[in-house]
Amino acid sequence: MSAVTPKGVLTTPIFKNNPIALQILGICSALAVTTSMSVSMVMALAVIFVTAFSNLFVSLIRHHIPSSIRIIVQMTIIASLVIVVDQILKAYAYEISKQLSVFVGLIITNCIVMGRAEGFAMTNTPGMSFLDGVGNGLGYGFILIVVGFFRELFGAGSVFGFTVLAPVQDGGWYVPNGLMLLPPSAFFIIGLMIWVLRTLNPEQIEENEFQMKENTQPKEAV
Amino acid sequence: MAKSNNSTKKILTVAFALCIVCSVIVSTAAVALRSKQQLNQELDRKTNILEVANLYEPGMDVEERFSEITARVVDLRTGEYSEQHDPETYNAFEAASDPASGRTLSGEQDIAGLSRQENFSTVYLVGDPEDPEQIILPIRGQGLWGLMRGYISLEGDGNTFVGITYYDHSETPGLGAEVNNPRWQAQWQGKKVFDEQGDLAPAIELVKGGANEETEVDGLSGATLTSRGVTNMLQFWLSPEGFGEYLAKFRSGIDQEDAQDAEVELEAEGA
Repeated sequence: MSAVTPKGVLTTPIFKNNPIALQILGICSALAVTTSMSVSMVMALAVIFVTAFSNLFVSLIRHHIPSSIRIIVQMTIIASLVIVVDQILKAYAYEISKQLSVFVGLIITNCIVMGRAEGFAMTNTPGMSFLDGVGNGLGYGFILIVVGFFRELFGAGSVFGFTVLAPVQDGGWYVPNGLMLLPPSAFFIIGLMIWVLRTLNPEQIEENEFQMKENTQPKEAV
Repeated sequence: MAKSNNSTKKILTVAFALCIVCSVIVSTAAVALRSKQQLNQELDRKTNILEVANLYEPGMDVEERFSEITARVVDLRTGEYSEQHDPETYNAFEAASDPASGRTLSGEQDIAGLSRQENFSTVYLVGDPEDPEQIILPIRGQGLWGLMRGYISLEGDGNTFVGITYYDHSETPGLGAEVNNPRWQAQWQGKKVFDEQGDLAPAIELVKGGANEETEVDGLSGATLTSRGVTNMLQFWLSPEGFGEYLAKFRSGIDQEDAQDAEVELEAEGA
């Protein structure tokens, strides 16, 4: 986070400082919308759009935002953008907006958007903030796509709606895993991804908050 | 700079300017896209009607095929067609909540969990409106998580199912949302609404494990409450409270006295 370079703000949020995997933000919608790839994809695009532009607009007026009402100013900008996205989806991607239903509206409450507006855009130039928004949106989208891939593959036997593993109810051999279609499975997959990311980047591993003292008794407690 | 930003005047100016700009953007988007959105909703509803009637094929011209279907408004209390409302614009859902055009349901009447029901409803007739091949009826009722809205299609005898579909529901994906699974929907074809006793009480229901009768359909596995909701809303909308009176005209061999009785009962309730 120290060096603010265009390439840096765009790429670090994807693996090194992923908003979901490292900052554990925006989990709620990641659980809800990842039942299929196409829905995850549209949700990811919507979030990229909203984070990018909310960062841009917040950064543009950052010298004029009174600190006492800055949160509500950011919320107003985010909410307006989300409504616009929702309207566009309803007009041009009706089927998908039906599946996303309430979760487009809930982008407003997605901590990633708010967090970037408050944490980055308030102190950086508009161009950089825009890229940071895109980067964080990509980081969110990356997790969504991966989770969506596994959930759709194992839950419905397909990828982007194309059948890969022929499910039993259509005369195939694969017994779909119903759990994969339910929100808890997204928890498991995100947990596994965090494990993988932290194994690859050991600096992400947090230090224990306390150290367990060694057992001083020669015998186990009875 | 930070100090001047926090003066009351500045706070009000920023808040006011921001509200103006944002509301202009939002309302522009809403107004500019509204016609497109309404077109989508309309198309979606029409697609659903065609689907339930087994007339839909992917890639077909929905508008053109839909224009061959006749929409009529039915008075649910008498089962007669009504000319009071234009089927193109009549909205049964809104009418239900208006005291002038709907009624309150309570207790045992309200098995579908609607709390209010409209007096008039729109039906869609495939083929000759006087002697239709298919009758498409709107249904709605509580599922597990919320209101489910959809259509059923019956053959011209007002008794045999052609299909069922839901265009608006919030059931669990993979479980209750399987109401829109084509394989589940397919087994409705040929099922009967009423049993052979010839009364006005619908017999159709979703059962667990092996539907044997003509009036039984396999329930959705893992979605008992959704299945119960579907049974309840069918029982409600096909009974004299719903389209029972209207369907009675299409059914042959029904005991007319029963129909008369039911009508009297309904009137006595002061509907």
